Amino acid sequence: MVKLTINGRDIKAAEGTTILYAARENNIYIPTLCSNEAVAPYGACRLCLVEIKTARGRERLVTSCIYLVEEGLNVQTDTEKIRKIRRMLLELLLARCPDSEVVQDLAKKAGLDKTRFVEQTGNNKCILCANCARTCEEVVGVAAISLAKRGVEREMTTPFSEDFSEACIGCGSCSYSCPTGAISMEDKNSTRVIKWPHNTMEFKLKKCSVCGQYWAPEKQIEYIAKISGTPISDYDKCPDCRE
Amino acid sequence: MAVKQLKEKVGQVLEKYQRDKSALIDILHDTQSEIGYLPKEALEEVGQGLGVPLSRVYSVATFFKAFSLKPRGRHLINVCLGTACHVRGADKVLEQMEKELGIKTGANTPDLKFTLETVRCVGACALGPMVIIGEDYHGEMTPEKVSEVLKNYS
Amino acid sequence: MAKLKSPGELEALRSSILKKRDPDKPCITVCNGTGCQAYGSKSIMAAFQDEVKKQNLGAKVDVKAIGCPGFCERGTLVVIKPKDIFYQRVRVKDVPEILSETIGKGNVVNRLLYTDRTTNVKVTREGEVPFYKRQMRLIIGNNGLIDPTSIDDYLAIGGYTALAKALKMSPEQIIDEVKKSGLRGRGGAGFPTGNKWETTRKAHGDTKYVICNADEGDPGAFMDRSLVEGNPHSVLEGMIIGAYAIGSHEGYIYVRNEYPLAVRHMRIAIEQAEAYGLLGENILGSGFSFNIKIKRGGGAFVCGESTALMASLEGRVGEPRAKYIHTSEQGLWGKPSNLNNVETWANVPLIINRGGDWYAKIGTKGSKGTKIFALVGNISNTGLVEVPMGTTLREIVFDIGGGIPKGRKFKAVQTGGPSGGMIPESLLDLPVDFDELTRAGSMMGSGGMIVMDDKTCMVDMARYYTTFLEGESCGKCLPCREGLRQMKYILDGITEGRGKEGDIGLLEELSATLIDASLCALGNTAPNPVMSTIRHFRDEYEAHIKEKKCPAGVCTFEAVKVK
Repeated sequence: MVKLTINGRDIKAAEGTTILYAARENNIYIPTLCSNEAVAPYGACRLCLVEIKTARGRERLVTSCIYLVEEGLNVQTDTEKIRKIRRMLLELLLARCPDSEVVQDLAKKAGLDKTRFVEQTGNNKCILCANCARTCEEVVGVAAISLAKRGVEREMTTPFSEDFSEACIGCGSCSYSCPTGAISMEDKNSTRVIKWPHNTMEFKLKKCSVCGQYWAPEKQIEYIAKISGTPISDYDKCPDCRE
Repeated sequence: MAVKQLKEKVGQVLEKYQRDKSALIDILHDTQSEIGYLPKEALEEVGQGLGVPLSRVYSVATFFKAFSLKPRGRHLINVCLGTACHVRGADKVLEQMEKELGIKTGANTPDLKFTLETVRCVGACALGPMVIIGEDYHGEMTPEKVSEVLKNYS
Repeated sequence: MAKLKSPGELEALRSSILKKRDPDKPCITVCNGTGCQAYGSKSIMAAFQDEVKKQNLGAKVDVKAIGCPGFCERGTLVVIKPKDIFYQRVRVKDVPEILSETIGKGNVVNRLLYTDRTTNVKVTREGEVPFYKRQMRLIIGNNGLIDPTSIDDYLAIGGYTALAKALKMSPEQIIDEVKKSGLRGRGGAGFPTGNKWETTRKAHGDTKYVICNADEGDPGAFMDRSLVEGNPHSVLEGMIIGAYAIGSHEGYIYVRNEYPLAVRHMRIAIEQAEAYGLLGENILGSGFSFNIKIKRGGGAFVCGESTALMASLEGRVGEPRAKYIHTSEQGLWGKPSNLNNVETWANVPLIINRGGDWYAKIGTKGSKGTKIFALVGNISNTGLVEVPMGTTLREIVFDIGGGIPKGRKFKAVQTGGPSGGMIPESLLDLPVDFDELTRAGSMMGSGGMIVMDDKTCMVDMARYYTTFLEGESCGKCLPCREGLRQMKYILDGITEGRGKEGDIGLLEELSATLIDASLCALGNTAPNPVMSTIRHFRDEYEAHIKEKKCPAGVCTFEAVKVK
């Protein structure tokens, strides 16, 4: 275990833990949008910046979702400097995604109700945190979507910005992992529709041979059968109807 | 280009780099110089050949400025917008170029004769503003010289 | 060619090369760098070769294509050795006369000589040209002596002696020598090279990488290109010595694809060094092995950032990552990696040959050695300038650069690349080194030096650099991507006459956020152009915003007039 202090409180955390998780475990709030325990840290939204002073006396700003706890570390999560940076970041986010309730709520929490910057249109709540794409590659293992282009033109998309992806299995992990609700997923009868910020794709759902419920996209079932090496006939019934 | 021919060309490039995933950028460079641009089929072929997800190939191909996913004109015009060229009036040259060709930067002329792009410094700063067409360097460019220079290309 | 198996065999080869050469035989050197190629140096080279045949002078003269010696303003440059007769602005039509007069009869062609503008006297010898005379050309000077595609030429000027010497030293001794020299990274950050090598050497793991950054991305800078084009072996030699000191067996050179000549020359150099056994397995019989691969960049300024460069080397998008663990411990493929830029590597043979103490005598207290600058913009003598650290801006701009052309006045010089800063006239006597430039609100960067005259609008320049950086931001982190987007909107507004009160304050607030919150150095330094222009030229911003006037007459405010 490593001993450190966060906002003056003595804390113990397992070696290899990030400052962010050490704080969370101790009910100390650090805002973040792009952090996701299921995938490798990324550090894109910068909201989780904290001030640290190392045991050797070095002071700096670090991304708490990446920086690991260390012995004698002194962390401050809510100084005037940090608050100022967060307000500015949120002001930029408000301009990027004026329609995002999640961003609006965070901004309100920070005492901000509007942005002085030029508001964008067409970003459709996407803050480019790449949670979806990282989950798709690192957790699901299909890498169907990714961040394309660069800089201000960057967008989260399927290859060639088409309403189609050979690799996508329709599992919806992107939608679950999106912190701002920029990816929607809806099952209607035999069809699942996933709407990404700039693309839409439909998937045929499989019907359970017993109860008749549509329970998962056919492509996802094929994928699971393939990677688990089980025959596709194993998936005729939905999980509820299997013994 | 026929798909079969395209696949052959990509295959040769892949072999040259021993299907090394880390050579993706070099492979895209060589594929582009073989085909003239990076059509969708070529990127799919590269992804399959290397065992790299198509989404990553697409990300890399759209991240770097050197790659074009659209066909390009016979002559690629690069107007240098390096700082030395900028302080000597490169943006006026670019403006005139757009006017003369009737296209915006990044586009092709409808007859696919020219593609107009910008480059961020070719290091021939003594001759700025600099315009590079194909492999020809045209130095000390002015808006007035634009139409004269373009006449050299057919 | 059989591989050289010992330093002794290298020396024997060197003497046999020198024995075959007649130092008194005239040699016409034609600059074949990209700059001079833009003037048509390829056809001049061809004309010389044709004309030598035609005039039957083959036995009397050699013709050699060399790399860039630096005086781009006066290209195509032709120098005739061993007398060093310097002809400038040579065109194809001048070729027959040079051969018949200078080679045939020993006469100098007066009209092709350089005229010293202050004294109006014609200068015959290259070394007497004021542009060169005030420089200290330890690194770039060799470009004028060799055909970059000939390893024998490099050996003839003492090439690879440093490598032979280094292989007899222990890795620790080499690192000590480099530390003693005080060499700091020439790529921008100025990190002490010896310390970086030491950290990588001490890092755990058997696989370590040595990388050369030749992805020179600063617009208006071409030092590294000229070194790779003009003297690729010096870069290789530095890398091999570094690899030996660090304990690495695999190296990469990441070259900008927009530099085709540099890529070509480096490829040739690697093949030649391999053929001679100076690169590859068991180098010079020492038991040390090292291989180098070239990888081309894809055109992304952010790949100058080490973690982005390494991501790109791995075949991924050039996105930086947080560097809480240094690349010297976890770099390329998670292995300890040592990245230095071209000019840093090219300094290494010199340090080993002459010693760290000798090297440390050049320069200032905190910045040792020489630095090559690309002097461009509104300047009389555009070109590459190599001076000892500590030379003042005034000496570089006026004594070497010849001042501002067209009778205009000096306004500012921008150093440090797009994320550097503007330095106004009041600071012209600043001695140029890493620390002084930082103190003045700019930075050394890789060595671009863009001179601006009084017809340059500083707000427009801030807009120009911000536009550049916005286009080059990778887009990963929020402050850099969205911050630069908004900064550009504000600057577009000001330069188009839509500036409003509060804009300067907002730019300053945004700047502070980018510095503190960005993920990588691109974002951390991106506000420099805006901040340094606000700091030194605030009145210009105010004139644009309050009076809708551009004092330099650059911004036109058309949109406003229409309304």
